[in-house]
Amino acid sequence: MVEKIQVQDLSAYYDGALALKKVNLTIYDHEILGIIGPANSGKTTFLRTLNRMNDFSPGFSYEGSVRIDGKDVYRDWEVPQLRKSVGMVFAIPTPLPITVFENLAYGPRRHGIRSRKRLSEIVERSLKAAFLWDEVKDRLHESAMKLSGGQQQRLCIARTLAAEPEVILFDEPCSGLDPISTAKIEEAMRELNKQYTLVLVTNNTKQAARVSDRVAFFLMGELVEIDETEKVFTIPKDERTEGYVSGRYG
Amino acid sequence: MNQLMNPRRTEKIVFFFLLLSTLVVVLPVILVVGIIVVRGSSVLSWEFLTALPRMGMKAGGIFPAIFGTFCLVVGTVVFALPVGIFSAIYLSEYSKRGRLTRLIELAIVNLAGVPSVVYGLFGLGFFVVFLNFGASILAGSLTLAVMSLPVIITASREALQAVPKSFREVSYSLGATKWQTIRHAVLPHALPGILTGTILSLSRAAGETAPILFTVAAFYLPKLPKSVFDQAMALPYHLYVLSTQVPNVKLELQYGTALVLVALAVLMNIVGIVIRSYFRTKKQW
Repeated sequence: MVEKIQVQDLSAYYDGALALKKVNLTIYDHEILGIIGPANSGKTTFLRTLNRMNDFSPGFSYEGSVRIDGKDVYRDWEVPQLRKSVGMVFAIPTPLPITVFENLAYGPRRHGIRSRKRLSEIVERSLKAAFLWDEVKDRLHESAMKLSGGQQQRLCIARTLAAEPEVILFDEPCSGLDPISTAKIEEAMRELNKQYTLVLVTNNTKQAARVSDRVAFFLMGELVEIDETEKVFTIPKDERTEGYVSGRYG
Repeated sequence: MNQLMNPRRTEKIVFFFLLLSTLVVVLPVILVVGIIVVRGSSVLSWEFLTALPRMGMKAGGIFPAIFGTFCLVVGTVVFALPVGIFSAIYLSEYSKRGRLTRLIELAIVNLAGVPSVVYGLFGLGFFVVFLNFGASILAGSLTLAVMSLPVIITASREALQAVPKSFREVSYSLGATKWQTIRHAVLPHALPGILTGTILSLSRAAGETAPILFTVAAFYLPKLPKSVFDQAMALPYHLYVLSTQVPNVKLELQYGTALVLVALAVLMNIVGIVIRSYFRTKKQW
């Protein structure tokens, strides 16, 4: 297995308050890594360090290193290039108030693609990959705000794909969605896994069990355990993990 | 005591005073506009709007004043809009929160409160004399632009900051640079607010007399300006001249001029309101 992301001794702080404590882990190419843990366990902070979205959080500082393809995200990567390679889907669907087509074309246009034909190809391919094409192919030039919540979230996934990333970060992508929309997004994730490396932060332990190849459990800023999904859920090494996955922490 | 505290009575009294206050505000506006319309509409004619003044302004039209004001408004937009938007972008998107930024913000707020005659003197000293533009459309437009800037900057900053943070995050997360994010994810959604603020400040600039008094306005110039370095007549100053400087002008002529000026301001405000409501129906966040 090829190592895609290497995290070494990563600590993070907000205004000096510890949010992540010496996290060490490796994410492999083409795997789905689920990250579970209660609120304030540092899972979103961890995720947002991978594509440097933490740069916008006031008071954020870090120690340690994150390497993607062997290059340090804080030293070697050009930030726009990093974010293009490491796409992100947010917890709340965030369509821009422009048409479906323009939402999808936003990334490619910024990366210099002008040809209408190329853009149309990218839009169609991305929407198909996010299982949204059949529902919106006749509504490409309507506002994206008219789509339902689940469709909007799949639009956001498609938009991330259109930027042609290698890694996709999901930050609780189904937190506001109904079970059927959730199922569609999980289906999309499993399909995407053939081409992309996925990191999924979720509050839904069952979702992590359904979707991930491996699961990492965070608690109070610490990485407690990381292992194959089945092992984490059946024979966890740490009793805190066992308590969490068996529902003892509520 | 019981009767004094009767909530239904209190309700009526409160309602009465609120209504009264509103009427006190609205009534003078209605009266001013009403009187101007009643007394000024009799001279309104195609000739009044399109002809040059004759007989020392006692007859003929006011076209040079309308045209001059039009030139000044266009000139003000050309200078004030780009500078206003760019500095608002700098202040709201690029500058770090610090003592200097706060000082700049304080200066802008205070500039908005400076009396217009002070801008007029500044324009005279800086544009007319120091930069040697002479009394000209160029100097007048620049003076009005400087006067409009604080309002345009403030309105633009508010419009920029009203754009949801998630738009910026989405844009960055797709690999856009900072300028691309501002240009494509923020500015388009702030533009309606910026335009509304700009138009409202322009309608004020169009009606100002003091800033153009020393910088551009001609007392009597029965021909049109040929370049931006020419003087021009302007509606507010023309009205002032008709009312106080020329003896025996028909009162209707003064009211007619006032009516055209008010109509111009109302028209610009309506354009502002239409733009705002058009985009409000389209806005979906």
